[in-house]
Amino acid sequence: MPVTKEKLSQFGLLALVIRRDLVLAMRRRADVLTTLVFFVMVVSLFPMGVGPELDMLRKMAPGVVWVAALLASMLSLGRLFSADYLDGTLEQILLAPQSLSLLVLGKIIAHWMVSGLPLVLMAPVLGLQFDMSAQALWVLIAALLLGTPILSMVGAVGAALTLGLRGGGVLVSLLVLPLCIPVLIFGAGAVEAVSSGMSIASHLSLMAAMLVLSFVFTPWVTAQALRISME
Amino acid sequence: MEGVNGSGKTSLLRTLCGFMTPEAGVIRWCGEDIRELREEFHAEMVYLGHLNAIKDELNALENLHINAGLAGCALDDKQAISALRRMGLRGRETLPVKVLSQGQRRRVALARLLVGNARLWILDEPLTALDVGAVGLMQELIGEHLSNNGMVIYTTHQPLDVAGVTTRRLSLS
Repeated sequence: MPVTKEKLSQFGLLALVIRRDLVLAMRRRADVLTTLVFFVMVVSLFPMGVGPELDMLRKMAPGVVWVAALLASMLSLGRLFSADYLDGTLEQILLAPQSLSLLVLGKIIAHWMVSGLPLVLMAPVLGLQFDMSAQALWVLIAALLLGTPILSMVGAVGAALTLGLRGGGVLVSLLVLPLCIPVLIFGAGAVEAVSSGMSIASHLSLMAAMLVLSFVFTPWVTAQALRISME
Repeated sequence: MEGVNGSGKTSLLRTLCGFMTPEAGVIRWCGEDIRELREEFHAEMVYLGHLNAIKDELNALENLHINAGLAGCALDDKQAISALRRMGLRGRETLPVKVLSQGQRRRVALARLLVGNARLWILDEPLTALDVGAVGLMQELIGEHLSNNGMVIYTTHQPLDVAGVTTRRLSLS
């Protein structure tokens, strides 16, 4: 029997997991596009619903974009572990002689690249519908770049805890929402601050701090949650 | 391991893998508690349950690469293809798994046994969906594994006939 001797480094393993999930996402494009389409639809429907008054739209814009990003992110969380859970590959991931936190981090990164990054890229285009200034758009991008990974990471904990439960989607949202609200408040707040000419340093630093904290804790917490859910 | 449906064979195997904590007692691998060993134990074992644990959207080669990578080894294409050919999947290596039959998918799932150095094989009804030829192949593979100082714990409704090895039968009924 072929005995393979070459070992993968930690980084190589992370890259393997990320590549695996990205390839899977590319081959099931419908799932991926749903998140983006939802985001675009929600943001685009608001100007149509509330009327064309530019002043009001400009004020609403950060909140609308952020709420849409939050909802889109929560919708996509179901996909993080459920496919692997259903076909048995999640068990194999748990049985791998590797750091489960590392493998989970790889999945979260891939998930963000597929569900979070497109939102960051789409947001400035959508922000134009709200007559946002160039400065506001840049801050929006920065805030989403900091915030969407947090949503993915915190969401991963919820997704792991509700694995295989009926009505899991709603449950994930309920669990994760309270933790995501600070991201929403500071993220939207940063864009509102720049529009009013105030400093955004505090908002963005707080978000960066939340990002670092999530990065440090959530992979491990998610790994433990997965072990509990798989019993 | 034998027993009627519902006697707890799968639960026992999953407990041996470490998914579930036993109500009482300790599971030891080479004298040490598997819950302490964790990754070292996982490095020495392979588990195949009822589910094939392969991705439908990937082809057999890609699945095998991932399985090997998770087990900590980088697999080269030649080794992967020869493992798949041994499992009778010649010509099917690059087809997406979802177009394969149930039996062929089971063979892809079993190909992971040929890749890596696991000493312990924990197999839950490995012969499901396999044709007579594949059952014979499994007997061969298990025989080879055992003669290389390997160990196999399996449940089945059709006991395998592997010559010249020590078999302990555990009946759960």
